Amino acid sequence: MERYFQPEIECASRDQLKRWQSERLVKQVRRVWENVPYYRKKMEAQGVTPEDIQSVDDLTMLPFLSKADLREAYPYGLLGAPRKDCVRIHSTSGTTGKRVVAFYTRHDIDLWEDCCARALMAAGATDEDVVQVSYGYGLFTGGAGLDGGSHKVGCLTVPTSSGNTDRQIMFIRDLGATVLCCTPSYAAYLGERMKELGLGPEDIPLKAGIFGAEAWSEEMRRDIERTLGIKAFDIYGLTELSGPGVSFECSEQRGMHINEDHFIPEIIDPDTGEALPEGAEGELVITAVDKEAFPMIRYRTRDICSLTYEKCPCGRTHVRMTKPKGRSDDMLIIRGVNVFPSQIETVLLNQGFAANYQILVDRVNNTDTFEILVEMTPEMFTDSIGKIQELQKNLSAGLQSMLGIRPKVTLVAPKTIARSEGKAVRVVDKRKI
Amino acid sequence: MSIKQVSVFLENRPGKLFELTKLLAEHGIDMRALSIAEATDFGIARIIVNDADRCALALREGQFIAQFSDVLAFAVPDEPGGLHNLLSEFNAARVNIEYMYAFLSGEKGRAYMIFRVTDTAQAEKTLAERGLQSLDLEEIGRI
Repeated sequence: MERYFQPEIECASRDQLKRWQSERLVKQVRRVWENVPYYRKKMEAQGVTPEDIQSVDDLTMLPFLSKADLREAYPYGLLGAPRKDCVRIHSTSGTTGKRVVAFYTRHDIDLWEDCCARALMAAGATDEDVVQVSYGYGLFTGGAGLDGGSHKVGCLTVPTSSGNTDRQIMFIRDLGATVLCCTPSYAAYLGERMKELGLGPEDIPLKAGIFGAEAWSEEMRRDIERTLGIKAFDIYGLTELSGPGVSFECSEQRGMHINEDHFIPEIIDPDTGEALPEGAEGELVITAVDKEAFPMIRYRTRDICSLTYEKCPCGRTHVRMTKPKGRSDDMLIIRGVNVFPSQIETVLLNQGFAANYQILVDRVNNTDTFEILVEMTPEMFTDSIGKIQELQKNLSAGLQSMLGIRPKVTLVAPKTIARSEGKAVRVVDKRKI
Repeated sequence: MSIKQVSVFLENRPGKLFELTKLLAEHGIDMRALSIAEATDFGIARIIVNDADRCALALREGQFIAQFSDVLAFAVPDEPGGLHNLLSEFNAARVNIEYMYAFLSGEKGRAYMIFRVTDTAQAEKTLAERGLQSLDLEEIGRI
């Protein structure tokens, strides 16, 4: 049975949704015009005034915001509410440049937690469940978002945060945790550690997991589902747009429902900025229509995906987005070829390796070098050099057929690649371009 | 009787072998024989130790990846043709050798060889039929 946190919103008619979006967008644009000089200047430069925006159909008249704008306006330049009304900040890890600092009013936290509560209930959680939140707490949005959502559903919430893996496993077993929330790489790591301790899926009560904040593949999903004995759900979000819960998977797991009463999605051509039709793959752009403190309008997420408005058998009417192929931030261009880390992960898991890898890119004599460090696993190890070299060769060949270029594969000792209590360091790009 | 060899995955980086010997020293594990096979970016340390079970625990604690395999140990007279005579028995018994390494003993006039063969049980049997008994751990311990 499908469960909803706010059925009247999650299953509202498309007409009703559009009315909400239009109403809120008109108000939002007016508020931003009045409170955010940075964005007002952008609007003026484009010759748009709040009067031009009458409904959601006028959305495309508005200028985009990008990560570059966030950097330029750092830290307070995009504040949409008086500072005294702001009650919290969260911040990105800053792996792709300068940190993003996002602000929240009480209202913003409330709507964010609603979104996370919807995700939890879509994964089957009720007030009978024990939810272990192993996302990092603190500046990172993962811990706070799912924690708040879990409270709203009425679950018993175990705020372990990340790290101390043996204690995580102890809590799951002792307290009977049924739902786990963390990054997919940490879920995989928990599974590995359980194996080391001689524990299998039957030894833990978990039934579902909500994993996000990192790109992960279908193969990794199956791998986690097998080792933890759960159904794994994807959740999507960005700090700029509250955090996790912009969209989430329902039991159908055919794309993630975007919480459209709060977030209006568009797909654009990342090069020209032009809107693309339904089903086309392009960059996801989101307008947050009722966030007060950090009101992102037409924010370019750099995530590549597509949308479908087709009715979902789960009963929700909100549009679904495909799993982002990779953040365009994550995409590497190596010897002219686009490489997404998620593709590498797919090949690794298909060939029996764990998804513990690091991509090293450098430039020597004007040629890109491309190396992938892969952690050796006990299952793959034998005492024969020849057999291990064969594994290496197969891996290299598999990667070549997936990516179009051949990386050097280097096997490293287990647990040598920095990870993953928060986010794994997947890419080290030393090129100075 | 075959004996247990411990194979340990080693990254080809300074300090990696040192970490392994340190771990074994700290756990009081005595190595009887050691051989290192190397590829470009990694190596495998193959060791015969006095206590394989304890060694396994220590390696797990040190987060090394290790594997056990059965190998055969033979004494070889330290004289011209010593190894050749032994191998002619292997040859006659159609035993395929994957790799082998030698180690010395304090005992004069003898060397020892460790053999990793394709089918250990079968090799043991056919060699025994030819009157060749491989050494067990205890016998190696006395060397």
